[in-house]
Amino acid sequence: MTTQPPETGNGEGGELWDLRLYVAGHTPKSVAAIANLQRLCEEHLAGKYRVEVVDLVANPQLARADQILAIPTLVRRLPVPMRKIIGDLSNSERVLVGLDLRPRPA
Amino acid sequence: MNQLVSPATVGLRKAPTGIAGLDEITGGGLPAGRPTLVCGSAGCGKTLLAMEFLVRGILDHGEPGVFMSFEERTEELAENVRSLGFDLEDLIERQQLVVDYVHVERSEIEETGEYDLEGLFLRLGWAIDSIGAKRVVLDTLEVLFGGLENQGILRAELRRLFRWLKEKGVTAIVTGERGDGALTRHGLEEYVSDCVILLDHRVTDQLSTRRLRVVKYRGSVHGTNEYPFLIDERGIEVLPITSLGLAHAASTERISSGIPELDEMLGGEGYYRGSSVLVSGRAGTGKTSLSAHFVDAACRRGERCVYFAFEESASQIVRNMRSIGLDLEPWMRQGLLEIHASRPTLHGLERHLVTMYKTIRTAMPRVVVVDPVTNFVNTGSVEQVGSMLVRLIDLLKTEEITALFTSLTQGGMDLESSEIGVSSLMDTWLLVRDTEANGARSRTLNVIKSRGMAHSSQVREFSFSDRGVRLVDASRGAAEAKPRIRRQA
Repeated sequence: MTTQPPETGNGEGGELWDLRLYVAGHTPKSVAAIANLQRLCEEHLAGKYRVEVVDLVANPQLARADQILAIPTLVRRLPVPMRKIIGDLSNSERVLVGLDLRPRPA
Repeated sequence: MNQLVSPATVGLRKAPTGIAGLDEITGGGLPAGRPTLVCGSAGCGKTLLAMEFLVRGILDHGEPGVFMSFEERTEELAENVRSLGFDLEDLIERQQLVVDYVHVERSEIEETGEYDLEGLFLRLGWAIDSIGAKRVVLDTLEVLFGGLENQGILRAELRRLFRWLKEKGVTAIVTGERGDGALTRHGLEEYVSDCVILLDHRVTDQLSTRRLRVVKYRGSVHGTNEYPFLIDERGIEVLPITSLGLAHAASTERISSGIPELDEMLGGEGYYRGSSVLVSGRAGTGKTSLSAHFVDAACRRGERCVYFAFEESASQIVRNMRSIGLDLEPWMRQGLLEIHASRPTLHGLERHLVTMYKTIRTAMPRVVVVDPVTNFVNTGSVEQVGSMLVRLIDLLKTEEITALFTSLTQGGMDLESSEIGVSSLMDTWLLVRDTEANGARSRTLNVIKSRGMAHSSQVREFSFSDRGVRLVDASRGAAEAKPRIRRQA
């Protein structure tokens, strides 16, 4: 699996956020998603997250195994329950809601 | 079976579906290397048709297939088609089939900006390439409309998907849910322009009828009617039989009616092989006896016969015929005669037609009796029965099977107005009637028409003996009947 070297933060007492970002090649949307994700993680999950980027062009079989349809897709593997967020993550507000880092607007 | 549309007349390459009847209607199958839209309301058989297209493609045409399911899980799909004899697990094991269940649930997806469906493309592409698939099913893409918020992206991606499928050169079936006043609820027909097939499931008078129509087939001639189809233990069966073709070869061979005097009336030689005979008359005039004679004669020649009985059970027919000296039982034992008795009201017309059709195709008889054909009027309108008969007769003629239909005329009806208006479909029409004269009731028979032969215009008196039915010239009166029989015996 081609992954970027995982940016590991040692969960200091807190839970570990295991995130996986699925992209397809080096497209503007992928680049934007990766940048947006890094920024959000540093802002909100500093020191307790791990991100793995999966390029489905190199590993197409993973699209099926992990039920991926849209690109980019961010999957919160941990903590459970699993969450799926699609898009280039440019709408920070919705990403935070999707990750359960912010309550859903009523 | 004859093709309704000759594949030679079209330049388009076609992929046979392997579905009985559908390839005849489409002149050879679906457009090869292109997507076809199959639409219909819930429960109309879309998924099954699509799955059968894949399975037959694998088994009969050596074309591996990918089934991408947006609704049912792999196990559910496998379970649903197992009853049709399709073993999906085995095909998957043998790397002939990939079933990919795509789970889409809006509540689990948060949309946060620009995206595309490249994941779907990669997924499908990988499935296709992993087994060298030539056929693809997407069942049903419309689930995506419920699962994704951004319809603009979705529509653009669907357009790209259909282009991509064409570039891949796979023959695809895309299913769609029937919408109000439109073929599909989300307008999938906008993207698939080559071939559109509409399925329909109606229940009238508690009898269900499934129908299939080819709405559109770009660049190809196709049957435009609504064709009934069935889903049974062998899969989907479409009945394309219509009277479109009147091209069956007419035989010059003659076969006996089983009654020497009747043969005599029919130009001296009996019916034409492959012709259709109608025997009409009121209750108790001897229609079944005439049928039994015909069957008996065929069995004597060693020909297989199928007798569809819609009024009496097999044992009743055998017993009653024994009383006039005809023993049908040995023929049944020898496997020359099959009597299929059923109540007309048990099934819809279409199912009757298909059952008869399949029995005929399995037994490959030379002679078929339908006794009486009029009982179908209870299960459908006169037009429906007429159209069913046209299709049945068409099959029989194509297979050069000689058929005898009896028609029960209701009391008070004009004897010569055969009630379901089928007489024009028949080559030979015999009329039996009761007459009362000189204090005695007697039966007479005459040939109203018999195409292609010089037939007698006599009205003959018709009697039963322990050696079967005998006919004498009515003008000579009943008194002469007995000596004449003795002479012939």
